[in-house]
Amino acid sequence: MIEVNGLVKRIGDKTILRGIQLKINKGETVGILGSNGAGKSTLLKVLAMIMKPTFGTVTIAGQDIRKNATALKQMVGFLPHASMVYDHFSPYENLKFFGSIYHIPDLELRVSELIDQVGLKLFTHEPVRSFSRGMMQRIAIARAMIHRPQLLLLDEPHTGLDQSAVEILNQVIEEMKKDQATILMVTHDFMQAAKICDRFIIIKGGRVADDFSVAEGDAAILYERYKQVVEGGKAGC
Amino acid sequence: MLIKDALKIAKKDLYTEWKTKATIGAMLIFSMLVVLVFSFAFDPMRANVQALIPGLIWVLVVFGGMLGLNRAFVAESKNDTIFALNIAPIDASSVYLGKCLANFILLLIVELIAIPFLFLLFDYKFDLSYLGHFILVLLIGTFGFISAGTLLAALSAQTKSAEMILPLLLFPIVSPLLIGVTQATKVFLNSPENLSSAISWIQLVGAYDVIIFAAGFLLYEYIQEV
Ligand SMILES: Nc1ncnc2c1ncn2[C@@H]1O[C@H](COP(=O)(O)OP(=O)(O)OP(=O)(O)O)[C@@H](O)[C@H]1O
Ligand SMILES: [Mg+2]
Repeated sequence: MIEVNGLVKRIGDKTILRGIQLKINKGETVGILGSNGAGKSTLLKVLAMIMKPTFGTVTIAGQDIRKNATALKQMVGFLPHASMVYDHFSPYENLKFFGSIYHIPDLELRVSELIDQVGLKLFTHEPVRSFSRGMMQRIAIARAMIHRPQLLLLDEPHTGLDQSAVEILNQVIEEMKKDQATILMVTHDFMQAAKICDRFIIIKGGRVADDFSVAEGDAAILYERYKQVVEGGKAGC
Repeated sequence: MLIKDALKIAKKDLYTEWKTKATIGAMLIFSMLVVLVFSFAFDPMRANVQALIPGLIWVLVVFGGMLGLNRAFVAESKNDTIFALNIAPIDASSVYLGKCLANFILLLIVELIAIPFLFLLFDYKFDLSYLGHFILVLLIGTFGFISAGTLLAALSAQTKSAEMILPLLLFPIVSPLLIGVTQATKVFLNSPENLSSAISWIQLVGAYDVIIFAAGFLLYEYIQEV
């Protein structure tokens, strides 16, 4: 699904990604771990086609992101740190607009289904300006999923969510896994990561420092390995 | 497809305005204030003041328009919604086109209110048979100003002091346009006998419009690139 070859990203004179090498198969759910400032969000931004690679190639579904960006964007859903929704619009208005630029058929239906799914039904017509952080994250999740992406990029999706919202999100991810969607999730939440992901990548200093799997739900082993790689001085390969 | 997507963006922006009235309110108040201040500064009854009117029209268009242009992209940096547009499967040019359209309509609304207000305050009368010509100049002048302004607003919105950068970039680029439209407006309003000189000014402005719009349409994509 994704092939990243020698990806370097430089902003100004700062080199953020220093040669990422990565291959992710269709249907995999990959957790991306790493300390603050390691370059995880930057990697997702390149994959989401917000940022262009400085060097290296990235292909998604066999197509180069430099050449087929517009078509590929239809396949990719991105949930970044920021909510990417309009403050003065209600969830309904936001999803209607974003659905229309993703050319969704039967939009009305899809919007009400999504609002239901993220549990914002009571707030369908409230402007999101007044929303709490968790509610904002819920509408942001709905926005990222509106076109049923085959590749979903999640940047710390669990932050700010309450217990029921975490369950909603995990359920959504579970359903997408069943649909053979590929999911990349940046997270600092080892419990959730161990529960959801079947493969882990640790980014350190702009490189892939480790790539492994652990038995499902085994957060302790995951944390051990993370600590060993990030703090134990096992420098990026 | 491109046009359809552009219309969706424009509709979204205009709907935002309809709900919040933030930008158009500021544009209108500012333009009206400009008119008012001028009416204090120059005694509207004196004959030679009439000669200033074409210039005043473009002063209020430029200043009112600048406010709108600034808002168009700065508003999209709140919650990073500009990235939501960038990751959507639409042509980058359709975002430019949609933003241009929305800005153009907003500025026309402001002109529609502020210019009659100016005429009223200055008790200004001109040969109504040239009204069509005047409106044409207004349209192509506004279009050129917005085309250049939308592109530069997209650029300046990425800097920390967008409000300051935009005028600095925009004024040198639109000055040929402004010279052309003020000259043409002057002819149509005050001295219609020089029609041929106005025509050549309009041709210049028309060429400017085409070039600057094409530039915006093609370059917008590269401005969004990080
Ligand atoms: N637009 C930018 N301009 C300059 N430097 C940037 C930019 N974006 C990110 N950086 C730098 O790149 C590095 C990696 O940032 P990134 O956001 O990818 O980290 P991260 O791994 O997501 O961290 P976190 O866990 O805190 O979210 C940081 O040192 C940051 O300062
Ligand atoms: Mg991050």
